[in-house]
Amino acid sequence: MAAPKKNGLQTVWFQNPPVIISTASVAGAREGEGPLEKTFDKIIYDSHYGEDTWEKAEKQMMLDAMKKALQKANLQKKDIDFMLAGDLLNQIISAGFSARSMSIPFLGLYGACSTMYEGMALGAMLIDGGFAERVLVATSSHYNTAERQYRFPTELGMQRPMTAQWTVTGAGAVLLAREGSGPVITHATIGKVMDMGIGDVQDMGSAMAPAAADTITRHLQDTGRKPDYYDLIITGDLGVYGKKIAEQLVRQNGYEIADRFADCGVLIYYGSQDVHAGGSGCGCSAVVTCGYLMEQLRSGMYKRFVGLGTGVLLSPCSVQQGETIPGIGHAVVIEMR
Amino acid sequence: MSDSMVLSEKQKREYAEIVNQIKPKPRIWRNIFWAFIVGGLICLAGQIMLSFFLNRGLNINEAAAAASAVLVFLAAFLTGVGVYDEVSRFGGAGGIVPITGFANSMVSPAMEYRAEGLIFGVGSRLFTVAGPVLVWGIVTAWAVGIFYYLFT
Repeated sequence: MAAPKKNGLQTVWFQNPPVIISTASVAGAREGEGPLEKTFDKIIYDSHYGEDTWEKAEKQMMLDAMKKALQKANLQKKDIDFMLAGDLLNQIISAGFSARSMSIPFLGLYGACSTMYEGMALGAMLIDGGFAERVLVATSSHYNTAERQYRFPTELGMQRPMTAQWTVTGAGAVLLAREGSGPVITHATIGKVMDMGIGDVQDMGSAMAPAAADTITRHLQDTGRKPDYYDLIITGDLGVYGKKIAEQLVRQNGYEIADRFADCGVLIYYGSQDVHAGGSGCGCSAVVTCGYLMEQLRSGMYKRFVGLGTGVLLSPCSVQQGETIPGIGHAVVIEMR
Repeated sequence: MSDSMVLSEKQKREYAEIVNQIKPKPRIWRNIFWAFIVGGLICLAGQIMLSFFLNRGLNINEAAAAASAVLVFLAAFLTGVGVYDEVSRFGGAGGIVPITGFANSMVSPAMEYRAEGLIFGVGSRLFTVAGPVLVWGIVTAWAVGIFYYLFT
């Protein structure tokens, strides 16, 4: 027998849709210079954020975002049942080390740049499943920590191709609750890992696009909805070219989404900011979702959207061993009630 | 799209075609032009220094060493103040190939890994970027040396 809250092959629906009672976003300097400046709760201009290392700065940003989300909802740490968090660093240290300070029962997640949406999907399941009253979801990324782990020292001079993306410095936190006021999560579609043979680490958009397109298509098929049911379909960090590819792949699957399709990585910077194909990283979809998208819902600009966290599940080791790049995309439907 | 995640070579080829249609072509001519200008300016600076040291009475070997030392110092300094990566970002190979690029590749890891300490940070990762160049440069030198010994 099919699971009672599962719709189709990959989608779950929530009987009592969990409520996003508050969100918080903390962004770095470059993001603060971008078009979404006004939507962030806090902008941090010093990449070290007063700490002696970038890793500590990233952890501090994640902590700030979580504390801000709690403060906005007028809640204490003890009111939260679970904290779900993850980031890009080895052994997800930003999440683990912030959990050390939060002392909330903690489940660490790794979904690369899709972590925020993976966390929201799981958090909603915990709540609608009756296992939690409130769940705090957080992710972060930092340009400098990601750069030194995945690529080269930050001061090394090199030229990046136009398909390369810029890791967003930022952290976002979403506070989900069984009851309260705010937008609700009605569905989540868990993506499959897909690898179409792209091996170029300077072109993550092309590596992720098939997984994103597959999840969008699957979501529409599972729910029986048409793209125009949503005011917006938005991916996490496909970038300019990955977005175009995903749009085309979804079209091949019989759905036209171009008129309502956006990407957080494209929205977060101005073209003149020399970020090439756009933003990426866990922080990218996190700060855009927690800041801009929530604001659009509150202002009535959008009534409902489906957001996709997109990620590449590679490591520097897999790349050096010649493996191609697997991608993933998780979709979450958020609507104003 | 196929339900099976094991994709055939044909599907991968078809996807690569879509990607190639959408992805921008690298701006080769523009990059070559700026590499020539930036690399050329660095070489010009080196030549000016070389002439200067020769005029001050050093012989050619001494003058070349002195000019290299000044170039390396300047590149290291510019890396330290966060300027050299901008030079290479703009100039590409023009910033990487000259001796200044080598200095940049040594100083940037030294700065980067300072956070992990002097021994396991700077000490063990100083050659992250320059290491392969040194290793294979030296191996090539051996090969050339053996060749030279055998055939002359």
